[in-house]
Amino acid sequence: MSETFALKLYVAGRTPKAVRAFANLRKICDEHLEGRYSIEVIDLVENPQLGRGDQILALPTLVRQLPTPIKKIIGDLSNTERVLVGLDLRPRRPSK
Amino acid sequence: MSKQRFDRSEIQKTPTGISGLDDITNGGLPQGRPTLVSGGPGSGKTLLGVSFLVNGAQQFAEPGVLMTFEENAQELAQDVRSLGYDLDTLVAQKKLIVDYIHVDRSEIEETGEYDLEGLFVRLEHAIRQIGAKRVMLDTIETLFGGLKDTGVLRAELRRLFRWLRDHEITAVVTAERGDQMFTRQGLEEYITDAVISLDHRVHEQISTRRIRVVKYRGSTHGTNEYPFLINRDGITVLPVTSLLLEHEATNERVSTGLPDLDAMLGGKGYYRASTVLMSGTAGTGKTTLAAHFVGAACARGEKCLYFLFEESPQQMIRNMRAAGIDLQRWHDKGLLKFHADRPDRHGLETHLLEMHHAVEMFEPDVVVIDPITNLMSIGTQPDVRAMLTRVIDYLKTRGVTALFTSLATSASNLEATEAMISSLMDTWVLVAVSEKERKRNRWIYVLKSRGMPHSNDVRAFDIGDGGVAIQSPRSAKSNGRKARKSR
Repeated sequence: MSETFALKLYVAGRTPKAVRAFANLRKICDEHLEGRYSIEVIDLVENPQLGRGDQILALPTLVRQLPTPIKKIIGDLSNTERVLVGLDLRPRRPSK
Repeated sequence: MSKQRFDRSEIQKTPTGISGLDDITNGGLPQGRPTLVSGGPGSGKTLLGVSFLVNGAQQFAEPGVLMTFEENAQELAQDVRSLGYDLDTLVAQKKLIVDYIHVDRSEIEETGEYDLEGLFVRLEHAIRQIGAKRVMLDTIETLFGGLKDTGVLRAELRRLFRWLRDHEITAVVTAERGDQMFTRQGLEEYITDAVISLDHRVHEQISTRRIRVVKYRGSTHGTNEYPFLINRDGITVLPVTSLLLEHEATNERVSTGLPDLDAMLGGKGYYRASTVLMSGTAGTGKTTLAAHFVGAACARGEKCLYFLFEESPQQMIRNMRAAGIDLQRWHDKGLLKFHADRPDRHGLETHLLEMHHAVEMFEPDVVVIDPITNLMSIGTQPDVRAMLTRVIDYLKTRGVTALFTSLATSASNLEATEAMISSLMDTWVLVAVSEKERKRNRWIYVLKSRGMPHSNDVRAFDIGDGGVAIQSPRSAKSNGRKARKSR
């Protein structure tokens, strides 16, 4: 488990949800991916054309660019458990 | 008593440029507002929306944004190219932006609060880039399959439609028809300005598409279901003319091509711009009588358009030549044009459109449909009647004299079969054959002819080298007598 995680966080301005999502992401990365992650924050208000490539619809959206396959996680990332599942850092539990 | 006063002035409209749709909506879609277009799979809602955008960009200088949640942009461009639209060129000319948003639930993990601001940002960006006035969202309900939080989704869609109104965007929002509602997710709750419903029915393997304006706030609109077509020219909604009985009635008469038949019709023949039904069993000479009429019209320098549903033009020309009627020369002169088609090749509406198109192109004075009964076999009776009404209305409006031949299957139901169409006909001529004393006798009589005194005689006629020869009542009797004597 030494892959580097390339992450993109899409937001639209510094909304409360965006700020929360970034804080949550930093916390999760520091705890689980220390030293092997990069986060790029993309503000669609400034660069709306960048929303096209990753098919961004909901905000905030976290895109795991690397390792492949690409993964998308939407929301303010407040549910740590689900974020870890989404990033493949925790096995998906069979749903009840 | 309510004291509320409503503004009677009609709201501003944005033309769709779709032939017929702007007629039934009295000018188009509500300007600066979203319109819901609902229909089942393959009902043509995407094409309607794309036509709205393409026409806007090409004819009304209104650039558009197509936001699709379904197919990818390439597939969509291919689909609409088959209908004559070139989205790539419009995109290159900055008259159109196609944005593709695909959401797959299996690829997305939802963790906490979110909104659809990404959609708003992209939409606004696209609109700003080209100064778009029109937007199509196709099919936004797909999002309900991609995102779990329907509460957020509903709130955001409500916000989206309000946003479109605030930005004064005329939008077409397509939706899949639901069981009880116009849309699966009840979008009609959010879009109250205008609702259009599309339908695609198959009856006896022939499909008919229909369109209905369910709701149009602040505007009058046609409330019927109208058939529409999707073909190489895009979408066409029928009727192309309004179905009103307000054509001018002329007193001008046109010869039937046979002085004796003219004589039976008050001495002058048919009224111009009237409808004539020529009915009888097989081999009674209906087509020959029609050919006389056509020949006389061409001899006057008038143009004739002849729709053939049974024979090829070559066959028709040859057969008439054998009966002494030279149609070839009128054909060569460009006065006579044939339009041959197999009745079962299309649905009724397609036939109607093709006929309409042919009439529009050729601008004839006389139209013959031979036989109309072949068209009647491809639809249900009310459909055929509705279609015929449209054809007749259209021809009358153009001042065209129309002759329809009708093939009765047996002599006994001669009058019954045409019951449904006869009321649309101004003149009804019957031809029949009887066998008597080993001789086949042809008979002709005028069953009705509106607005003129006409003969009540049943007259015998022959078809010989000079075509139809109608005998006088007296000579018919003497013929019979002669026949008896010769036995």
